[in-house]
Amino acid sequence: MSYLAFLGSIELGLIYSVMALGVFISYRTLNTPDLTVDGSFVLGAATAAVLISGGGSPFWAILIAFAAGCAAGCVTALLNTKLRIQPLISSILVMLALYSVNLRVMGGRANIHLMNTPSIYHLFAETALAGFSKLVVAAISMLIILLLLYFFLNTRLGFALRATGDNEVMVRAAGIDSNQMKILGLALANGLVAASGAMIAQYQSYADAGMGVGMVVIGLASVIIGEVIFGVKPLWRRLLAVVLGSILYRLIIAFALGRGMPATDLKLVSAVIVAVALSAGSFKDGLRKQLSRLPYFQKRVLYHD
Amino acid sequence: MIKITGLTKIFDKGTINEKTALDNINLTLAEGEFVTVIGGNGAGKSTLLNCIAGVHPVDAGQIVLNSVDVTEMPEHKRSRWLGRVFQDPALGTAFDMTIEENLAIAYCKNKRRGLQPGLRRHEQQYFREQLALLGLGLENRLKDKVSLLSGGQRQALTVLMATIVQPKLLLLDEHTAALDPLTARKVLALTKQLVAENKLSTLMITHNMKEALEVGSRTIMMHNGKIILDLQGAERAELTVEKLIALFEERSGAYLANDRLLLN
Ligand SMILES: Nc1ncnc2c1ncn2[C@@H]1O[C@H](COP(=O)(O)OP(=O)(O)OP(=O)(O)O)[C@@H](O)[C@H]1O
Ligand SMILES: [Mg+2]
Repeated sequence: MSYLAFLGSIELGLIYSVMALGVFISYRTLNTPDLTVDGSFVLGAATAAVLISGGGSPFWAILIAFAAGCAAGCVTALLNTKLRIQPLISSILVMLALYSVNLRVMGGRANIHLMNTPSIYHLFAETALAGFSKLVVAAISMLIILLLLYFFLNTRLGFALRATGDNEVMVRAAGIDSNQMKILGLALANGLVAASGAMIAQYQSYADAGMGVGMVVIGLASVIIGEVIFGVKPLWRRLLAVVLGSILYRLIIAFALGRGMPATDLKLVSAVIVAVALSAGSFKDGLRKQLSRLPYFQKRVLYHD
Repeated sequence: MIKITGLTKIFDKGTINEKTALDNINLTLAEGEFVTVIGGNGAGKSTLLNCIAGVHPVDAGQIVLNSVDVTEMPEHKRSRWLGRVFQDPALGTAFDMTIEENLAIAYCKNKRRGLQPGLRRHEQQYFREQLALLGLGLENRLKDKVSLLSGGQRQALTVLMATIVQPKLLLLDEHTAALDPLTARKVLALTKQLVAENKLSTLMITHNMKEALEVGSRTIMMHNGKIILDLQGAERAELTVEKLIALFEERSGAYLANDRLLLN
């Protein structure tokens, strides 16, 4: 792998890790499969591209993209909690709807190129760090978001959100509106995904209506690779593992591409990586569960005899 | 105080599976009263507790908690006055969070949940003291995930969580049934202690007749969604398990077909 490809992978890994953190919130914290991600990523990219090409600030573009992503997540959660549509189906519906919405946002165009527009990655262009401007900006943005997320998950509200994914019965018994938490969680998750989309649009200088296809799979791959390799112990390590998983995923892809894999096989490889990583995780989980259940069953049997 | 009048719950109304789980239940609990609830399988015991907690909407009747009519109030809102412990030890706690985080969630029951720190140092200290009272050594495991605890430890933790903010009514649904006999006794002793200390009004479902007569100050027996026996005072004090079973068969006109009840 060339040095440039390596550097590029790290940068992409850092930026996509924000999306992966969003997937972590829905898939791990809330325990819901959320395919909205494929649409909200593009929504973020499209929103940012339109704003920036209209002369808007690249920073504000990310914040507004975040808000748009939150709105998308809210719709998914509302379909689920208010209309009682299954979470997976709700998210598929919103993902589909977003396809049209995103084209509308982009004014009917399938892609928007950002030429000679400002971007967050130019922040350090005039300083001694010029050569690593993209890397530094990507790392700083990721760190800020990671820290904010970590602090949020350790607030009272964050506790309530995390418990909702674990056990809704307990959450309601503790006086928490579990539906509200699902809305909050999916909003936050898709907000992060859209923010990541906005950062990628600036990184690549374009937004494309199809750039979100399979995004949720990439997010899952990052989350699971992180867990398999870096463990799931304390929360800060779990969050960090997601970021490292995201970087590792990009390195694997870059390595495969460097080895002559055609770029068109990328999605196939992503799917295979996730399948392999998931089965590794479930194998470990399954074993642990079976072991931990053993004494419980023994006790029950004893008691009824 | 809790006052239940004319409470009726019909599952799957209008279908061939229609089932009247609660049939015009009237029940009043005085402040600090500890009532044990017994009855055969499907008698409606869990449904009664679930309706009080707001898990199911009711078809008729009224539930007044602490002079507030909560009949239409959503589950999470009336939780502020209730403490609940379930039969399944997995239901009472968030397994992927630590012991102290679980306690913190229970401790915030009536507080605003915003961006305040989820866990403060003085709270940690308080939780440590409270856990020490359980006598299970959990005070040294504040940072362990609940998934690492045994069923009995989880149940003890859940009892503590249900009472750490004093509830107006404690609802216990066979909360020792999934535990081995020794652990069950421990958790029950702990429950009695916490109830006595806080003078909690309590409804405890049990399938153990002996326990039902020994624990608390009043026993009600349910059958087919109705309360068919309501015993307290001297009448209850003189009762034995054999007499209770005879009484049940006389009142319900049914043979007590519950293996678990007969077992004990
Ligand atoms: N969610 C539900 N949907 C439909 N029917 C239900 C539901 N929950 C309970 N029932 C029915 O209501 C009746 C009362 O059930 P309940 O769980 O209250 O019994 P129980 O007294 O707690 O019995 P057990 O001792 O077995 O726990 C039963 O006939 C049961 O099949
Ligand atoms: Mg029951």
